[in-house]
Order: sequence, then structure tokens, then C-alpha cells
Amino acid sequence: MAQTFAGMIRGRPVERHRGWPRLEVGRRAWATAGEALADGRLALAGLWGDRSAVHMAVLAEEAGGAAVLTLACPDGTFPSVGRLHAPAIRPERAVHDLFGLRPLDAPDPRPWLDHGRWGVRFPLGACEPAPADGLTYAFLPVEGEGLHQIPVGPVHAGIIEPGHFRFTASGETVVRLEARLGYVHKGIEALMRGATLANAAALAGRVCGDSTVAYAYAFARAAETALGIEAPPRAAHLRALMAELERIANHLGDIGAICNDAAFTLMHAHCATLRERVLRAARAAFGHRLMRDRIAPGGVAGDLDADGAAAIRSLVAEVQARFPALVELYDATTSLQDRTVATGILKSELARRFAAGGYVGRASGRAFDARRALPYPPYDALSFEVPVLSEGDVNARVWVRIREVEQSLALVDQILDRLPDGPLRVAIGGAGRAAEGVAMVEGFRGDVLVWLRIGADGQVERCHPRDPSWFQWPLLEAAIEGNIVADFPLCNKSFNCSYSGHDL
Amino acid sequence: MLKLLLDSLVKPVLTEAPPAAGTAAAAELAEAVGRAARRRLGRSLSVREVDAGSDNGPELEIHALNNPFHDIERFGIRFVASPRHADVLLVTGPVTRNMAQALERTFAATPNPKWVVAVGDAALDGGHFAGSYAVVGGVGAVVPVDLHIPGDPPPPAALLEGLLALIERADIG
Repeated sequence: MAQTFAGMIRGRPVERHRGWPRLEVGRRAWATAGEALADGRLALAGLWGDRSAVHMAVLAEEAGGAAVLTLACPDGTFPSVGRLHAPAIRPERAVHDLFGLRPLDAPDPRPWLDHGRWGVRFPLGACEPAPADGLTYAFLPVEGEGLHQIPVGPVHAGIIEPGHFRFTASGETVVRLEARLGYVHKGIEALMRGATLANAAALAGRVCGDSTVAYAYAFARAAETALGIEAPPRAAHLRALMAELERIANHLGDIGAICNDAAFTLMHAHCATLRERVLRAARAAFGHRLMRDRIAPGGVAGDLDADGAAAIRSLVAEVQARFPALVELYDATTSLQDRTVATGILKSELARRFAAGGYVGRASGRAFDARRALPYPPYDALSFEVPVLSEGDVNARVWVRIREVEQSLALVDQILDRLPDGPLRVAIGGAGRAAEGVAMVEGFRGDVLVWLRIGADGQVERCHPRDPSWFQWPLLEAAIEGNIVADFPLCNKSFNCSYSGHDL
Repeated sequence: MLKLLLDSLVKPVLTEAPPAAGTAAAAELAEAVGRAARRRLGRSLSVREVDAGSDNGPELEIHALNNPFHDIERFGIRFVASPRHADVLLVTGPVTRNMAQALERTFAATPNPKWVVAVGDAALDGGHFAGSYAVVGGVGAVVPVDLHIPGDPPPPAALLEGLLALIERADIG
């Protein structure tokens, strides 16, 4: 029995898939989806490979609703969505690198994650032996008089993750930036295949260190959705508590680091102090500064005792007491504003087209927040605002973070006020048959998507964790255009995209 | 700004006493550090951080070494932008196949005498990522490691302890 998604995509629903509908579609419906993405009726939330099939997660933002569309690829090819909709280009390149499935008429046939160093090709597909001496990579051509190129990375000057940036500049002005990523590709999707649910959850929590809570949270929810169970209310609240602490810690770190890149170290020192206090409270409450391995499928790994709750209460009071003075300092320092206002502008139209999540989208007018758009417990019962600005510059990305810190502090208080008693976990039994689930969780950087298929034996058959950075990295290249090279660190920090989460 | 500055006059100092130089870490180092190198190092270490494939967790904690609580520069330890300025490479892992060459080249660009400190559980043997087609293994699989600081990721106190051990041992010489 065929089903129609968002009034336009017809396909056959897959019974075992839960959370959102998953429709098996034909090539025509796949192409229709590509057109709907291109004209903005749908937004792309992910595109990934499988054994001789490709999947695409789409959101119908205005009508509400989300779905996974699947196209079988018996001949190892599929019609390129990137041909119509640029945000799909890099995910399609990754699908080819990992599975060997070829996007037909793709605008960019270059490899993406595969640098020719693995010793194999298509590791999740045919897994053929291949030389490991490295591929030459052709950067996009740039023509013009007096242009020069600045290659940066993969080893950078600061303490940050590795990636390569190729700047083409005319004098000081950046004419084109092209990123080459994939350096920290660890093959996590291959490691998850055949792993127990517990091992795969641990891997999910190590996709991206700054978002370890968000990933463990999204993985656990995807597993629970697949198996048709729900974490107990106390566990749901503790998860949200950890997620908000993670958001506060990262935002504080980012606000300070952005100011540091504008040579205003005073803000950096104060913000780093507050961030350290958050991590210490997390350690006191949950036993780990980054709260790693605290969320598990079925619930949470440990309880919050009275001392832990008191540590978090006192943290909230401290940050609430000190943060306003820092916000005032940021707002009233002309030399800072001079650097952040009107720098690295991301146009609303681009943020919308790439369905950019997190502060990148919300500073450019895209109000999407998974906690609000696709609410999950306990957020469906909590009150909070989603701050949205439209200027799209570094300053707007700072202000969205500032407002989100305030919202998250209030959320932490609310969660502690209403923290229910009760069990911390429900038992996870094998479904006895294959089960699939999808979940989206709002991390500090944006929406983290996890799609999961569990076999009848309870082991993971296929898992795809999708980082928000997939749809933010390309926008950084757009936002820097016309800015000076010296403002790149500032723009880059204001995006703070993940390398590890993206490279996977 | 004035308010913040006045505030700092009456508030207690954030910076904390250093941890004792790690005993286990020190033992590991005893052989690694030569007499000539000690004389040259004095009580100062220039550190170049290299992320060879980590999940960014260790980098967050390495950053925390610079915050006012830990203030690592008071020990003569500072982070430098180029391997050519470095005594120590602080390497996080696992080492991915796509980063192995960059790590080798960074090591080659670091002048002698030099030490390599591997940071985090995954930097020891690949940790959760061991066995992947995309991962070589721990840092030691690519460059010689003098000291390993365990943790997932190691908290700043553990990092500080390890680096102080490096200096202490270098000082006895």
C-alpha cells in the first residue's frame, strides 16, 4: 500500500521503521524529492548509504513532519540529488567513498573522505584492496590577475582539529575558500556494524567529544524508538539536564574563544573560568567532566544525588550572577564590536537552503531547533524560547549563544524543580526481529541525527550518525567570501563546525 | 569593565596549587630524558599540540590548561604554533590513516631533542577505534612515544601532572 509524504513523495512504507515514516521510493519519486529540496518545499536532514541502497532524511518544515526516503540501487548507481540541491553534494561524495554507490550526473566527482590512504576502497561496500599512497586532490580552479593561494593545515597553529583550508586571496581579501576534510575519519560506521548496542552506544559517544552527550542521547533515542520503548521519566530529565549543561559549557567556551580571536583576552579568561565551573559541576553531579558514557539505551548510567543537584544549583546561581557583566562587557566594547559586527555574513537564503542548524541557522533567520520542531521528552513539557536573529554575522552568532546560555540556565532550574523520582533504566531486549529507528536531538552545535537498524540478534546492522556540521561547513566557505584573511579565525570560531563529527 | 576589574581585587585567586608530579608518569620518563637535553631545556617546555585523529575531547581539556584555574604558563610550559619551536609534541589519537603522514612530517619538523607525549586512551592503542580500516592505531604506531597520559579524555589535572613530570625529570639531571 503506497503512502504519500508531504503531499508529493509517493513510496512504500517500511513497517519495521519507527520514529518517522520510511518510504521505499522509485527513481522518479527520488528525483521529485530532489526538486522539492531545490525549490525549498523540503529540507535535507541527511543522506547516507546502505547495502545497495541510499537513504535521504527530509523535513517538511512548513507543514511539519519528517521522513526517510530510500532508493534501491541494484546497479550501484542513483540519480544525484546534489545535481539539483548543493547541500547533498558532499554527503553523496561520502556515499561513493564508503559504499561505491555512484551518484549519476553528480556535479563534483572528486572523493571526499577517502584520501587514498586506507588500503581499501569502498570499505562499507565491496571493500576492494587499493594502494595506500595517497590521492592527488584537485582543488577548484581560480582565475584572475594577482591572485595568490594560502594553504592551511591539516596541522593548524592552534589547538584545534585537523583539516585543510585552501584560501585564494586578492591582496587581503578572500576570493575563495575551499575546505578539504576527512583527516579524522575513523571509520566509525564500519566499527558500529555488527557491534552490540552497548558498544555502538559507546562509539556514538565518541563521534565528537564536545557533543558526547548529544550523540549518546540521539543514539539512545534512536535505539529506543526502534525497539518501541521509552526511557523512564527520571532518565529523560537527567538526559536533558546533561544536554543543557553541555550546551552551556560549549557556548561559554565559544563566546570567550571568539572574543579571543578578536584580541580581547579578558572575555576569554572570564568565559573560560565559567566553562571550567560547568565542567566541575558536571564532574560532581555525573562523575565525568564531559559527561561521557552517562546516557545509555534504555535510560541513564547513574543517578543524580542530592550533592550533585546542589552542585548544579550553585553553578546556575554563579553563572547567572556573573554572566550579565560579561554580556555587558561584550556589548559595550567598541573594539570587539568593530570586529564582529558585519563580519562573515551568512545570508538567510543560504542558511535556509542548507537547512543549517544551531546558532549558524538561528543567527541567519532559520528558527529550527529540534527540541521545538520535533519535540521529545522532557522538552515537550518544558518552557523555553528559541532565540532567532537575522543579521547572520559573527555578532549575531555570539548573541544567539548568549541568549541560549540564558535559556539553558533557566531550563536546568526547571528540570531540577520537576525532576521525577523513579527508575533510571528500562531493560533493552532484542526485538527478535529487525527493527529500525531514527531520532534527532538538539546538540549545542545544532541537530544531531541518528539512524539505526538493529538485527534480529539485537546487534547493530547499520547506523548513521549525522553531524550538523555537514550543512554548516559549506556555508563557512560562503560567509568568508569578501572578508579579509585575518578575519577567518573569527568567522571560523563563530561557526565552530566539528571535524570529527563530520569526518566520522 | 571597571566593575569587573574592581571585582577581581576582592575575589579569591582562582589559580590552584599544582598536582604532585605524577609518580607513574615519572617512572616512564626516567630513561627517556637525557642529561644533555636537561641542561638545554632548563625549566621550560614549548609544546606543539597535534590532533592526529581524536574526537576533540582531549583538545577541550588541553585548552582548559590555559584557563585561570590551571594557568599552565606559570610552570614554564607554553603552547607554540609551529613544531619548529617545540620541545614536546602533545599528540591525541587514535592516529587515522589520513593523518599519519601529517604526524610523521610534524615529528620530522621538530628539532632535537624532542619528546612525544600521547594523550588519551585512544592515543595508546586506538582505544574504541582499534581495528578500523581508517585507523593506524595509537600514536606509538607512527612516532616514538616517551610518555602516555591515560584518560578518556584525561582531565587537566592529569595532563598537568604528566607535563610537570617531564620537567621535573629533566631538572634532576
